[in-house]
Amino acid sequence: MNEKYIPRYDMTGVIQSIHEYFLSVMPAGLAYVTELVLIGILFLLFYAVVGLILVLAERKVAAFFQLRLGPYRVGPWGVFQTIADFIKLLLKEILEIKAADKFLFNLAPFIVIIASFMAIAAIPFGYSLHAIDFDMGLFYVLAVTSVGVLGVLLAGWSSNNKYSLIGAMRSGAQIVSYELSIGLSLMTIVVMIGSLQLSTIVQSQADGWWIFKGHIPAVIAFVIFLIASTAETNRGPFDLAEAESELTAGFHTEYSGIKFAFFFLAEYMNMFIAASIAATVFLGGWMPLHIGNLEWFNNIMDYIPAFVWYIGKTAFVIWILMWFKWTFPRLRIDQLLTLEWKYLLPINLINLVLAAFIVLMGWHF
Amino acid sequence: MNSITNYIKTVGKALKSLATGMGVTGYYFTHRSTAITEQYPENRATLKLAERFKGEIVMPHNEKNEHRCTGCGICETACPNGSIEIISNFEVIDGKRKKVIDKHIYHLSMCTLCGLCVDACPSDALDFGGDFEHAAFNRISLTKILNKEGSKLTKDIKE
Amino acid sequence: MAHHNQSPSEMVKKLGWLHKVLAEESDTTEKEMTDFVKQQEIISGRDPEISEEEYFINMGPQHPSTHGVLRLMVSLKGEIVQNIKPHVGYVHRGIEKMTEKMTYKQIIHLTDRLDYLSSTINNHAVCLAVENGLEVEIPERVKYVRTIIDELIRIASHQLWWGVMGMDLGALTAYFYGFRDREKVIDVLEKNTGARLLHSYYTPGGLMRDIHADFQKDIKEYIKYQRNLMNEYDDLLSNNVIFRERTEGLGIMTREEAIAYGVTGPSGRASNFACDVRKQHPYAAYDKADFKQILYTGGDSFHRYKARLDEIKESMNIIEQLVDNIPEGSYTAKMKAVLKLPEGTYFQRVEAARGELGVYVISKGDKVPYRMKFRSPNLSNLGALDKLTRNYKIADLVAIMSSLDLVIPDIDR
Repeated sequence: MNEKYIPRYDMTGVIQSIHEYFLSVMPAGLAYVTELVLIGILFLLFYAVVGLILVLAERKVAAFFQLRLGPYRVGPWGVFQTIADFIKLLLKEILEIKAADKFLFNLAPFIVIIASFMAIAAIPFGYSLHAIDFDMGLFYVLAVTSVGVLGVLLAGWSSNNKYSLIGAMRSGAQIVSYELSIGLSLMTIVVMIGSLQLSTIVQSQADGWWIFKGHIPAVIAFVIFLIASTAETNRGPFDLAEAESELTAGFHTEYSGIKFAFFFLAEYMNMFIAASIAATVFLGGWMPLHIGNLEWFNNIMDYIPAFVWYIGKTAFVIWILMWFKWTFPRLRIDQLLTLEWKYLLPINLINLVLAAFIVLMGWHF
Repeated sequence: MNSITNYIKTVGKALKSLATGMGVTGYYFTHRSTAITEQYPENRATLKLAERFKGEIVMPHNEKNEHRCTGCGICETACPNGSIEIISNFEVIDGKRKKVIDKHIYHLSMCTLCGLCVDACPSDALDFGGDFEHAAFNRISLTKILNKEGSKLTKDIKE
Repeated sequence: MAHHNQSPSEMVKKLGWLHKVLAEESDTTEKEMTDFVKQQEIISGRDPEISEEEYFINMGPQHPSTHGVLRLMVSLKGEIVQNIKPHVGYVHRGIEKMTEKMTYKQIIHLTDRLDYLSSTINNHAVCLAVENGLEVEIPERVKYVRTIIDELIRIASHQLWWGVMGMDLGALTAYFYGFRDREKVIDVLEKNTGARLLHSYYTPGGLMRDIHADFQKDIKEYIKYQRNLMNEYDDLLSNNVIFRERTEGLGIMTREEAIAYGVTGPSGRASNFACDVRKQHPYAAYDKADFKQILYTGGDSFHRYKARLDEIKESMNIIEQLVDNIPEGSYTAKMKAVLKLPEGTYFQRVEAARGELGVYVISKGDKVPYRMKFRSPNLSNLGALDKLTRNYKIADLVAIMSSLDLVIPDIDR
């Protein structure tokens, strides 16, 4: 790899000065805690804002695919629609299910939402703009996001509703199998980079994104990652856990009010995280688009801030995921597993060997 | 070897069919003029209903506040749901004792708009109206009196 | 689940209030009591005599994929459907009984509400029965117009079904595309009949009013529009690999089964059961048009789907052949003010959008029928559902039910 790429708008100085300011007014331990709390609040705000925007975006995008206008009444072009919905959900009665396992029933939404919340910590939003830069960042994100299925399973089980239980069991089978595809498709790129650290992964794409540099294996891996992450986030055409035409609402049939909102929000955040990972690993994360030695082009691209690049790429991947959802019919549970074990997994393994071979021969850039 | 080519063919065919489907939805996503939503309450001014639209039963009155209903009661018997009731009086007009409607009561809440009354009326006194916004807070307001206050029978009806 | 091993008397004790109620009825024997409890258990989905793994799930009366108030008691083993017990009657309105109080003209508007998606076809059945009974000669113009409007209604019905089939399988976008095109047909009909769903346009002897001046022009425009869009239907669903996987080879019905269950309409014809009334026993102006009876040998969900899509195309062919040849003349035959069917029984069948609709009238010579019975296609089609879905998954149950295209008010009447 070449030396580190530092974008034109570098936030490191700002972050450093904030850190130094805290150190100057309070002892080191307290400063550390304060910073953690601040980052936590920042992420909570980010989480809420992204959730609200994504829900609106989904409704708008769905409407556009379906020859409709989408939310149009609350605020200009319906921009305040999700806020109104959120207030409605807050005010709604939280139903107590008599036959439900109360403790698990109340716990489940939190597990789902915490799992998705934890994953944000490792995602690089820009140069040095991440809460924590694990040297196994990618592995951490995969591990943490897969905890969410526990919440779904618990929700289905504790609701004491047959529809919920079927939904939860489907979700369990689905996520256990698609975890493999996600891991392996990311592995294809990791083999080429030789690192699981997300900042290194982004830095390695300074001279071109992996989807361009990685030859055919990277493209195949990208497609597989998109499919698998759609399944991982329980979205159509893999939304078997909810499958409203079969199971009414699947695992969250019995949830109402803010608890339902947690599931709802977590679904969108999971999508956001999946899109972030896709953007980071395949599309260069916050890295601007650079083409080899074309200096003037690269310079122009550098003027666009890193954060904008990151958001743009993520939004693009999210849009593709929405496009999937609003085009395809739903799969059946056995077809879902067939797709994974008979198609995605073998192709993925061959793809991985191919990628390893390319690395061995030094053919990648 | 054959099975492997089959496998690849299956995957290729599947991906192609999925791409075709995405092409259809993608086309509509990018062509916004195809949107079919009508902004209903706002477009009241431009809303065009079919001229034959069956919204409710009305009794047309001319500019002299005259209707064509003789009070014969054929519509009342033709109605399958009992949504029409006619209350008529006998009045002496030009020295003759004549049947004149007092109230032509129409229960919109019971009406199925089958059109039998309009079809049956011998003097074309009834017609369909285009108003379709019938929502009301109580059922009583859906019971209407079709003949306007002070209206009379037109002269040009032969009996 | 523990309560499967309980004896009936234990269960009675558990349901304390029930025990009390039953005990007060002095002549209730122990056996009747346990039978009653068992029955209650079955209804509530806890059959004590079924195996440990099997459980009941109530699909409906409120369920997104039953499209109305149909209740299916589905016995499941995991996700595998063991059997289905349909419970009907949630929208029973007593239409057959109501007809006994109504004159033949008044009955027409009730038949709209049987299968509301093929409303004028239902009207047609009653009109034909009455006209045949009275031996009235119907003007040719009426026959042509009725045929065209019936076919338009059939197209509208199949378009709605197409969208809903997509929605049931999870492709919500197809639903909107189906409705977009249906809207065009409905507009043509609305201009002519004044209504969008329940037309009440036919009357014994003819039509309520003459066709609109733009009728022919609108229809030609519409057919031109629709023909261009049939490819889109194929691209979005018919050729989609997921859709094919979800429907092909599922819910197979043989020709013999179709005949045995009386499954008619596109569902029957997909099993190679030549049951198209329009072809077998032509009525109205169907003998004037040259059209194919859509027959498939597959008998699975996909072929039922295919048969309906092809029927849209075939209906457009029929309309195109007839629309320019509507003869001049009166829009209604001369009828008496009060229609009295001579004493006797009358039967008339027509091809509704979902199959063969039969009207059986017993008249005692009054102005109202003594008894009127509708042979609704949906009830027979529903009967086959249990057979078709056994040992498939819940998701397949939804797909198969959707491919049968049930309209619940027609089942309950």
